[in-house]
Amino acid sequence: MIGPLRVERRLDTPGWLKVAVPLASILLAAIITGILLLATGHNPISTYHQMYSASVTADGALSSTFVYATPMLFTGLCAAFAFRMRTYNIGGEGQLYMGAVGASATGLVLGDWPRPLLIIAMVIGGALAGMLWATIPALLRAYLRTNEILTSLMLNYVAGFFMYYLIYDSDSYWRDLTTPGASVFPTGKTLGPSASWPGITIGSFVLPMGFVLGVGLAVGLLFLIQSTRYGFEMRVVGDSPQAANYSGIRTKRKIVSVMAISGGIAGIAGSSQIGDFGHVLDPRGLEQAQYGYTGIVVAALALYNPLAVVIVSLLIGGLTNAGFALEGPSFPTGLVGTMEGIILFTVLGGEILARYRIGLRHRAVASTPASAVTATEAVS
Amino acid sequence: MNSNVVLAVVVSAIAFGTPLVLAGLGELLAERSGVLNLGVEGMMLMGAVTAFCVSQKMHGAAGLILFLAILASMLAGGAMALIHAFLTITIRVNQIVSGLAITIFGGIIGLSSYLGQVWNIGGVAGRHQFNNIDLLGLKNLPILGPLLFNQDAFVYASWVLVVAVMYYLYRTRPGLYLRAVGENPAAADAMGINVTGYRYTHTLLGGAFAGLGGAYFTLALAPIWTDGLTAGMGWIAIALVIFAFWRPDLLVLGAYLFGVFSALGPTLQTRNITVLPSEFYSALPFLMTVIALAAASTSWANRRIGTPASLGIPYTREEG
Repeated sequence: MIGPLRVERRLDTPGWLKVAVPLASILLAAIITGILLLATGHNPISTYHQMYSASVTADGALSSTFVYATPMLFTGLCAAFAFRMRTYNIGGEGQLYMGAVGASATGLVLGDWPRPLLIIAMVIGGALAGMLWATIPALLRAYLRTNEILTSLMLNYVAGFFMYYLIYDSDSYWRDLTTPGASVFPTGKTLGPSASWPGITIGSFVLPMGFVLGVGLAVGLLFLIQSTRYGFEMRVVGDSPQAANYSGIRTKRKIVSVMAISGGIAGIAGSSQIGDFGHVLDPRGLEQAQYGYTGIVVAALALYNPLAVVIVSLLIGGLTNAGFALEGPSFPTGLVGTMEGIILFTVLGGEILARYRIGLRHRAVASTPASAVTATEAVS
Repeated sequence: MNSNVVLAVVVSAIAFGTPLVLAGLGELLAERSGVLNLGVEGMMLMGAVTAFCVSQKMHGAAGLILFLAILASMLAGGAMALIHAFLTITIRVNQIVSGLAITIFGGIIGLSSYLGQVWNIGGVAGRHQFNNIDLLGLKNLPILGPLLFNQDAFVYASWVLVVAVMYYLYRTRPGLYLRAVGENPAAADAMGINVTGYRYTHTLLGGAFAGLGGAYFTLALAPIWTDGLTAGMGWIAIALVIFAFWRPDLLVLGAYLFGVFSALGPTLQTRNITVLPSEFYSALPFLMTVIALAAASTSWANRRIGTPASLGIPYTREEG
C-alpha cells in the first residue's frame, strides 16, 4: 500500500469486531448525518427522535414501516442473490415494474378464480414477468459478455416508459377506460376484491402477506446458497470463474438462471405492490418509490446475506417511512437517500476495516526502497 | 421528414450530447487509471444543483457568476469523487458497490434533492445562462453555421477539452503513465510511477468533469432545477466509454449519436409530428444503449476493444 496509511489483511477477524464494527459504522453515519443536519439549520436530536416516533412508536407507524419494508425485502433479496455470484443485477427496479404489470394482468384476467388460487397466480404472474425482463441482460452477459450492470440498468428506464405507455398513452388492457373520472386523469383498472392479499392483523398492527412470503423466500434462498450444489456452484462462479470452468460448472447457464431467479424475486415485489397495497397499476407511484434501487442499499448493508436482508429491509423501510411521514420543510425527502448513502459509506468502509489492520506508515519504512517495503510489510 | 427537421434534430443533438461528452471524458480518464466510477449520475446531479444555486444566489456580473457556478459544479463533483477514491483506492471497497452508493447518496432522493430543497431553488427559472455565441460571425452559413458556429461557450469548451484529453493521453508523459497504471499497475509501480496518486487524480478529475456535465443542464440546456433532472444521462455516459473503446474521439461521435436519440422525441413533439408514442422516443436512448453495448461485446468488436486491463481491480503492492 502506498501513501500514509498502511493496510494489511487480517488472517482472521476476531468475533467482537464483527459485531462492533457494523454498530460503530451506523453510529458514525448518525454523527455525520447529524453534522449535515446542524449545518443546514436542523436539530439532529429532535430530528432523530421524530424519525423514531414516525417509524416505530406513533399510531400505525409500525404497520406503515412494514408497508415500505415489504417491497424492499424482495428487491433486497433480488440484489443480494445476484450480487452473491458477482452478477450485478441493477435491474430490480424495472423487474419490479414488469412484475407489477404481469401481476395486475393476471389479477384482472383471472378475477373470477377462487381467492387462494388467484393470489398464487398473481405471485407467479409477477415472478414470470420479472424473470423474463431479467433474462435479457442475463443472456447478453452469458453469451456475449455484455456488461450486465449497464444493460440491466438501462432496461429500468425502458420498463418505466412501457408502464407509462400502458396507462397514460394507449387504450391498453391495464387502463381504466370506463369510469368518467378516468378520462380526465388516466388510471389503471382496479383489481377485484378477491385479488387483494390478506394481511395478518394483530391488534392495530397489520403484517402484509407479502412480508411473510418474503421471509419464507429469504430462508429458502439461504438454504439454496449454503446447503445445495446449486449454491456451491454459484459461489465458485462468483469467486473464480476460471476455477468454475475447469471444474465443469456450466457458467453461462448459471449466470442466466441466477439472474432469472433474481429478476423473479423483484417481480414478486411488483406482485405484492399490486396484491398487498395498490390494487391498481400506478406507474407514477412505483417510479417515485424507487424500491428497486433501494434494494441495492438493503443488499449491500446486509452483506448479501438473505436473512440479514430481512432485518435491514425493516431498518431502511423505517427510514423511508419516517421520510414520507415527516416530509416537509424540516425534513426534505432528499434526506432519506442522503442517509442511506452515508450509512452505505460507513458500513462498506467498516466492513473492510474489520478484515484489514490499518496503521500509520512508519517513517523509516516510507524512505526505504520499494522491495524493502514489501519485505517489511510481509513480516509485520 | 424534411431537411429542416433533420437539421433541427442534429443541432439539438449537439446540446443533448454535450453533457455526455463532458461526463464521458471524465469517466474515460478515471477508467484509464483503473477506477470504475458508477457514481457519475450522482456526481452530475450534485454539479447541476450547486451550479444552479450559485447562479441563483450570487450577485454581480453575469460572466463572473457563470464562471463561479462552473467552478462550484466541478468542486461538487470532485468532492463526491473524493469519497469514491478514498473508499475504493485507499480502503479497497468494491468499486461497483461504492459507485452505486455514490449515485444513491447524490441522486434523485439523495443529497442533490436535499440541497435543492434547503437552498430553495426548485421550480424557478434560472437568472443566468450560457447563450449561443456567433463564432467568427459564421452562424448564417447553411447547415454548418447552426451546427458549428452558433453554440454556447460550454459546447466550444467541450471541444477544446476533447482535444486536450486526446493530446494528454497520447502525446504526453503523464498520459503515457496514466495508461500504464490502468494496464499494469504493478509494472507502473516498479517503474516508480505513483499508482495511488494517478488513480486519485484521475478519479477526482473524472468527478469534476461529471459535475461540469451536470452544470450544463442547469446553466445551458434548461436552466431550472428539478430533482433527478439528468434522467439517466450519467449512466449513458458510462456506457459510452465502453462502446467508444476508451477512446476520446469515438466518445464524441457516440455522444452526439446519443444526442440524436435524445433530441428526436422533443424535436418531433414541438413540431407536432407523431409517428410513434412519445414513450418510445423517451426510451430510445436507453434501448439503443443496450443494443450498442451488445454490439460492442461481439467478437468482431472484442478484437479492437481497449479495456484497461486493471479496470475495477484495486492495486495492492504486497499482493500484486
